[in-house]
Amino acid sequence: MTRFAILVSALIAAALPAMAQQDGPEARARFGPADGPAMVLRSTTDITVLGPTLEDFTARNPGIAVDYEQWGSNALYDISQRECEAGQSRADAVLSSAVHQMVDLVNRGCAGSYRSTASAGLPAARRWRDQLWGVTQEPAVIIYNTHLVPPQDVPHTRFALLDLMRRAEGRYQGKIATYEIEASGLGYLFAFEDSLEASTFGALMEGFSRADAVATCCSAEIIKGVSQGEYAIAYNVLGSYVNARRDPNVGVVWPQDYTLMLSRGYMIPKSAGQASAAQRLLDFLLSPRGQEDLRTAGLLLNGEPEDSATPASALHTIAISPVLLVALDRQKRAQFIARWRAAFGR
Amino acid sequence: MVEGRAITGATASLKRRVISGVLALLLVGGAVAALAAFAYGRAAARESYDRLLLGAANDIAEAISIQNGAPVVDLPVAAFQLLALAPDDRIYYSVRGPGGAVLTGATGALPNPTPTASPSFFDAKMADENARFVTLARRFAERSFSGTVTVTVGQTLRARTEMALGLTRDALIAAAIGGIALLALAVLVIDRAMRPLIRIADQLAGRDPHDLTPMDAAVPAEVAVMVGAMNRFMARLDRQVAAMRNLISDTAHQLRTPVAALRVQAELASAEEDDARREQILTRLQRRTRSLGELLDQMLSRALVVHRTDAARRVELDLRDVALDVIESRDHELVAPNREVVLEIGDEAVMVMADTLSLTEALRNLLGNALKHGAGRVRVGASREGARACLWVEDSGPGPSAEVLERIGERFEKTAASVGQSAGLGLSIARAVAQAFGGELVLAATAQGFRAVISLPAEQEQR
Repeated sequence: MTRFAILVSALIAAALPAMAQQDGPEARARFGPADGPAMVLRSTTDITVLGPTLEDFTARNPGIAVDYEQWGSNALYDISQRECEAGQSRADAVLSSAVHQMVDLVNRGCAGSYRSTASAGLPAARRWRDQLWGVTQEPAVIIYNTHLVPPQDVPHTRFALLDLMRRAEGRYQGKIATYEIEASGLGYLFAFEDSLEASTFGALMEGFSRADAVATCCSAEIIKGVSQGEYAIAYNVLGSYVNARRDPNVGVVWPQDYTLMLSRGYMIPKSAGQASAAQRLLDFLLSPRGQEDLRTAGLLLNGEPEDSATPASALHTIAISPVLLVALDRQKRAQFIARWRAAFGR
Repeated sequence: MVEGRAITGATASLKRRVISGVLALLLVGGAVAALAAFAYGRAAARESYDRLLLGAANDIAEAISIQNGAPVVDLPVAAFQLLALAPDDRIYYSVRGPGGAVLTGATGALPNPTPTASPSFFDAKMADENARFVTLARRFAERSFSGTVTVTVGQTLRARTEMALGLTRDALIAAAIGGIALLALAVLVIDRAMRPLIRIADQLAGRDPHDLTPMDAAVPAEVAVMVGAMNRFMARLDRQVAAMRNLISDTAHQLRTPVAALRVQAELASAEEDDARREQILTRLQRRTRSLGELLDQMLSRALVVHRTDAARRVELDLRDVALDVIESRDHELVAPNREVVLEIGDEAVMVMADTLSLTEALRNLLGNALKHGAGRVRVGASREGARACLWVEDSGPGPSAEVLERIGERFEKTAASVGQSAGLGLSIARAVAQAFGGELVLAATAQGFRAVISLPAEQEQR
């Protein structure tokens, strides 16, 4: 092999993941025995976060291997829909944080049914039709840079955040970040739930507008920005990702007026080839051992909020129900995004 | 023969029959109730969930507005919250503008492309699953937009089916509880109703086989008939056994003396050497033997009469026929060929409820007595006297002495027996017959002589 050839293959190897980000998995990993068939799990969750849980699963279920594919939520929704229409699913299980998209897939009749004592034990808000199950519990939190935000300024409620944004001195001008809802399915879902939850949402939009808030993509970038002082405060960040970093520069607030709780949706496609392995994975994730693993991974934060001032009654689980279909409605989404754009001055 | 109650050949117990009848009735009723409940449940579920569907469609139609000359839907969350009341059902919705252009919701062909009315409900498939849909139209007539927008909303049937089954189940549970209660009550009632029967059965089983006394008659009317029949049967049996016992003891008693006398006479005769005296003894022996024969005849006839009065069916009969029969049989001419016997009967029938043979026997005995012990002409007759029907024999003699009259009619008379004669027995037969048919025997002296009357209650002659 010539040096040229090596260079070319290296270039190709470098370029592949970047291309794949458009319409394929962002990353892959295999758990369990390297040879033999494996069930395919597609998820929006970072491999590093869910990896230990899957290691534990394959260790306890010899003979089952898991091919893990990490996808962006919109791409995952698109491919699941395409495979559903084709009646041939490569994925044996889909786990997505964009539960409204999962609800839509189930509503289209793409999911297979399964019922076990563990799945039946879930509260009604975390399962639908015995075809979609909410396996995690993660809060949408407010994070802040501990150096830039003095303790008296830390917003424990949305009203406090509003007050902060309305202040005249402009200390937080351009320093408040939240998800770009057009790019992030999760960000859109949180914003949509906020709009249903309380009248504060209108005021919040107005506040973002006044404070020149930044809408940007992706949990990791937002958290990094807060940690490095690029942003002072970020709104509606998925708590599990914050927790996973354990950054001393980043403070976490569970809003006390209400804290949205996301439950990632787990679905077994109707045409899955290895549905029984997918069912065992579901039962494992819902078993005490699996729940312990998820807790360790930071994906199960329902226990005691770190900001203990938040009452349990303020935790609002995003119910997995057909009501989420409204979020996906073409015109509704267009109207919502238009309103959002107006606020962010695009 | 004290046996248990398990009698072979007995059919299934009444209690079991009634209970299985009630059970069958309840089962049939339950099946009918189940069908009715399911039909009702389905109708109720359809009605309530159709309302939800229509409510959601109306909500969506209300949320259509015209912006910049085009219809825009601000999809209301409330509509979906309404539909989510059927928590496990999939949802279809599609909003179409004029010409079928999709405004929002599902694309592709509508499940029912040509709605006939507004709103119109229909059943169709939603991705291989049965579902219920509603379509309604909203007309817009504005400066910038004019046309009809249709809203189609559908939902799968899980909640409806569940509700129908739930209603059916609830109804059936209620019916089953009612049925069980009814059955328990029926068992209780039947048990109570059957108790008299069981008591009677126990009484019968525990009864001494020789005990023929009547059974306790304090039982329900239906059973009383049975117990009454049984008591009558036992009473008759009792009388007949008693009569038989009497007959045997009478016979033994009556025959002992004459038979002993016969034996003595026979011994005397065989030991007598003098021919003249032996002849005399033999003559006496002959007379005694004949008289013994008569006595036996009468005893048998009495036994027969006593038996018949109990056993024979009573019929309507004319006493004149009885008197006529006795005269025409001409038996009296054998006993007393030289006596004058006259029949006295009128034109009017003398009807009674009785047994011909018994009355004939009684009359024959009275006639025999009159011929044997009375004097002169003997008259036999039948006549109505007020409410009584009388069958009588009268001779021209003075009749027996008052002292004899007093004792007469006993079962047997020592004097009669001792002399080998049987006037007492004849009277006793006549009295037994008269009493058996509810009457009496009247003995009295009259202007012409002495009269014996069998006086019975007269039967109104039926024409």
